[in-house]
Amino acid sequence: MEHALDITLTVNGTRVQHRVEPREHLVDFLREKLGLTGSHVGCEHGVCGACTLRVDGKIVRGCLMLAVQANGCRVDTVEGLSDSKELARLQKAFHEKNALQCGFCTPGMLLAAQDLVLKNKKFTREEIRQHISGNYCRCTGYQAIVDAIEEVVNG
Amino acid sequence: MKAPSFAYAKPASLAEALELLALPGAKALAGGQSLIPTLNMRLSSPELLVDITGLQGFSEIKVSNGPIRIGALVTHAQLEQSPEVKKHLPLLAQAVPHVAHTAIRNRGTLGGSLALADPAAEYPAVAVALEAVFEITSKTSIRRVDAAKFFKGLFETDLKAGELLTAVEFPAAKPADKSVFLELARRNGDYAIVGLAAHNDRFVFLGAGDRPVQFSFRNNLEEAKANLKASLKPPADLYNTSATKLHLAGVLLERAWNTR
Repeated sequence: MEHALDITLTVNGTRVQHRVEPREHLVDFLREKLGLTGSHVGCEHGVCGACTLRVDGKIVRGCLMLAVQANGCRVDTVEGLSDSKELARLQKAFHEKNALQCGFCTPGMLLAAQDLVLKNKKFTREEIRQHISGNYCRCTGYQAIVDAIEEVVNG
Repeated sequence: MKAPSFAYAKPASLAEALELLALPGAKALAGGQSLIPTLNMRLSSPELLVDITGLQGFSEIKVSNGPIRIGALVTHAQLEQSPEVKKHLPLLAQAVPHVAHTAIRNRGTLGGSLALADPAAEYPAVAVALEAVFEITSKTSIRRVDAAKFFKGLFETDLKAGELLTAVEFPAAKPADKSVFLELARRNGDYAIVGLAAHNDRFVFLGAGDRPVQFSFRNNLEEAKANLKASLKPPADLYNTSATKLHLAGVLLERAWNTR
């Protein structure tokens, strides 16, 4: 821990203080130090979107942000947004439309989709596809995911 | 796929940042959307990352009577949402949605993308097409470099050790100017197979060489296409041969010509 630094951040509404190595990614910090394993680690170079998190209200890649960069930030994960019921409508729609199979991409997909829901306007299927183009799903072929998101943003 | 060990500092002033950047093995960290993947893949191993996102005064888009001045720390998302960029820099506004995805555009910066000088990236070609001027700051001086002279080769720029790209000035579009940005990619948000930033007579291709490749075409389309075919030598990538890219560059040229 030769370069370790102390960070303070708010994770899902709770203030957290920790000592971290600069090389530690935010998503690894959340998973390994805080036990928040809902955000998944897929490609680890920003391609797959499985690690999507919300930092200060904006979605980011958890593998392309260092934990030290989140010092002083507000971080929301799928756990926090599930508990607060913010994702409830999307989760229900994903369930009903069969918008997941293995579930690996789902937490990231939900955070990316909620980013659209918060814009509070209607979107075409093409716009929805464009918005989730940074989140890979290797099971569903996306059709059912777009159906679920469409139902919530346009419903 | 975990980054190697390095030290980290987040200076609050430009003077302190430049002091740290002059240390051997130091590298500037802005949005990190290209740097962190290269660390994760161990393609880069700096000893010290100097996080410059705490510096004040480099996150603004300033409109005056002269050029539009954009701070190096302005994010892709800021550019995307800016009415000033849409109004005064339509070429840049057209290019931004092609840069990766929302989650990456929320953190990646204009300065970071330009300083990296990926030949398949959008902003270097846009900067060359618009004849932007880069402001480069070091401990002892501030110098200004034309975009066309800034890009020296594959991931190679005019930036020297201890220097920081701090702002970019883009001439504001005039009412008669014609700007078209086009890009072909396998999927939305992927790196370009080939792209084109066209501004009036200037046609700048991305993904077609080791840096933005500039042409000036005035007369007719057939002549321009023949000229392109004779002088553009795009390097093949994993999926596309040089001949494919050359063909696609011609397709974009024709589309841009007919849109203007």
